[in-house]
Amino acid sequence: MSLTRQQIVKVSLLARLRLRDDELDRMTDQLDQVVSYMDLLAEVDTEDVEPMAHAVEQTNVFAEDRELPSLDREAALSNSPKRDEQCYRVPAVLGD
Amino acid sequence: MESMSIHELTATELIQRLESGDLTSVEVVRSFLDRIEQFDEKVQAFLRVESQRALSDAERIDQRRRGGDPVGRLAGLPVAVKDVICTEGQPTTCASRMLQHFTPPYDATVIRRLKQADAILIGKTNMDEFAMGGTTESSTLATTCNPWDLQRVPGGSSGGAAACLAAGMAPLSIGSDTGGSIRQPASFCGVHGLKPTYGLVSRYGLIAFASSLDQIGPLARNAEDLALLLEVLAGHDPSDSTSANLPVPEYSQLVSQPLDGLTLGVVREHFGEGLDSEVQAAVREALRVYESLGATVKDISLPHSRYAIATYYIIACCEASSNLARYDGVHYGYRTDEAAMLADLVAEQRALASRGEATALDDIDSPLVRMYRQTRSEGFGAEVKRRIMLGTYALSHGYYDAYYVKALKVRRLIRNDFDAAFREVDLIAGPVAPTPAYRLGEKTEDPLAMYLGDLYTVSANLAGICALSVPCGLSSDGLPIGLQLQGPPLDEQRLLRAARMYQAVTDWHTRRPEGF
Repeated sequence: MSLTRQQIVKVSLLARLRLRDDELDRMTDQLDQVVSYMDLLAEVDTEDVEPMAHAVEQTNVFAEDRELPSLDREAALSNSPKRDEQCYRVPAVLGD
Repeated sequence: MESMSIHELTATELIQRLESGDLTSVEVVRSFLDRIEQFDEKVQAFLRVESQRALSDAERIDQRRRGGDPVGRLAGLPVAVKDVICTEGQPTTCASRMLQHFTPPYDATVIRRLKQADAILIGKTNMDEFAMGGTTESSTLATTCNPWDLQRVPGGSSGGAAACLAAGMAPLSIGSDTGGSIRQPASFCGVHGLKPTYGLVSRYGLIAFASSLDQIGPLARNAEDLALLLEVLAGHDPSDSTSANLPVPEYSQLVSQPLDGLTLGVVREHFGEGLDSEVQAAVREALRVYESLGATVKDISLPHSRYAIATYYIIACCEASSNLARYDGVHYGYRTDEAAMLADLVAEQRALASRGEATALDDIDSPLVRMYRQTRSEGFGAEVKRRIMLGTYALSHGYYDAYYVKALKVRRLIRNDFDAAFREVDLIAGPVAPTPAYRLGEKTEDPLAMYLGDLYTVSANLAGICALSVPCGLSSDGLPIGLQLQGPPLDEQRLLRAARMYQAVTDWHTRRPEGF
């Protein structure tokens, strides 16, 4: 299967990336190559094979239901690119 | 004790001399800082060196020791840390523009353990951006060179972690391994590196690349030091729900016990096309050494080996695309210049409106979404973007079953191959990488060729088993070659003992690059 530039544009929107034209061209070529290589897996018979999402069998780990200290607000906000006293600031989400 | 020779001592020897009072921690730390001062301009293994802090920590340890106070296992010994592991109050960049000015508000569990052991954190080492790569060239902050040949890569992604040991700039270092990122640079730089069994070492505070594959592990210049550092790093951590709740074996005691009746499996599929003849010869010679020590070498098959790379890159990229979604320019890290971004967006909207397409951008770019996209495109480098794209594609509607679920199924078949193999043999021995270190720039434009170089290492992460790299030769160009030993889950003690046995009758681990 061959990847098209149009598909790459769509995937870049899903990935929240904004690629320049030259990046889109290069990405189309390179990913097409890699994805073609991955089509190798199609030849493996995986009928009745259970998918393995994790290397160790996962069990639920429950924490005791009690209050513990958490990161204080100032520390949590300390790395934010834009903030006020209490919150992260972002560009306006609703109209003007 | 002459300060010139401190860097030549092993970590285990340094600890003995610190304990006996032969050396002070200040002398040890100063000696390694001098080495860094002298050589790191060439090698660029470190992104940051914490000279002041390291010296004042060393003074404090010396005082406590003089006062007869109890001290930790690594008291006064410098340890270098890969810059993917969070250190409270010290920048942790992942070698990315995205996190260039990020200062974690907490310590990773392994950092807490190193501090409890009274280790001295000497600095943070360079790596491929977000640990994605096999050469350390995708670092956006520095280019690390291989001390054995400065025109060549140190391997990656833990390239700085391995190079700083090879150049004698630290006695111990820690890295992370998602598909070979500890073992391959260890092999390229002629040092030891171990990827622990998934769950043995806490991942809390390790900046996530692929959560079901990532493990933190030790790098050192011999098997004893590796065992010692692993013993400090390993152990249950309630902050990591995948952490194994088991007692930690005394690796540093066990390591010196040779193994009787060891059976080594040699994987038929690992000696095929693409394997460099000198690497093959060095690995075969290492197998003969094991035979001379009484081990039995057995030919085995891992029938799904040829699917490991495709399986790995699908799973790792899917997990990466999901993990890296958190870099949105809001909570921490880089954000694009907002005023310029908004001005561009308004101009584009006006231009579209004048052509009667006023709503064309509505489904794509609100100011917030444009901020995300612009931030991520400027903050991430080419390889990281490639992997995010690949993962997003493989997880997108219509492809999820064909790629992601398919890869998870093949992952189980790969694990089953190992389970079957370990019923027949104790450990699996083979190459770490198909070739010695390549030249800087040689593979940067061909991602697929780069990925194929991970052929022998990715399976251990997919299967969740443990594996290490031991120096086993030099190529005709004088470049180190590594032997990989792989063991069943939680059998690190056997890996370490096997490495120690080999090291006891060979001297590859004592070779040092010329000029260092």
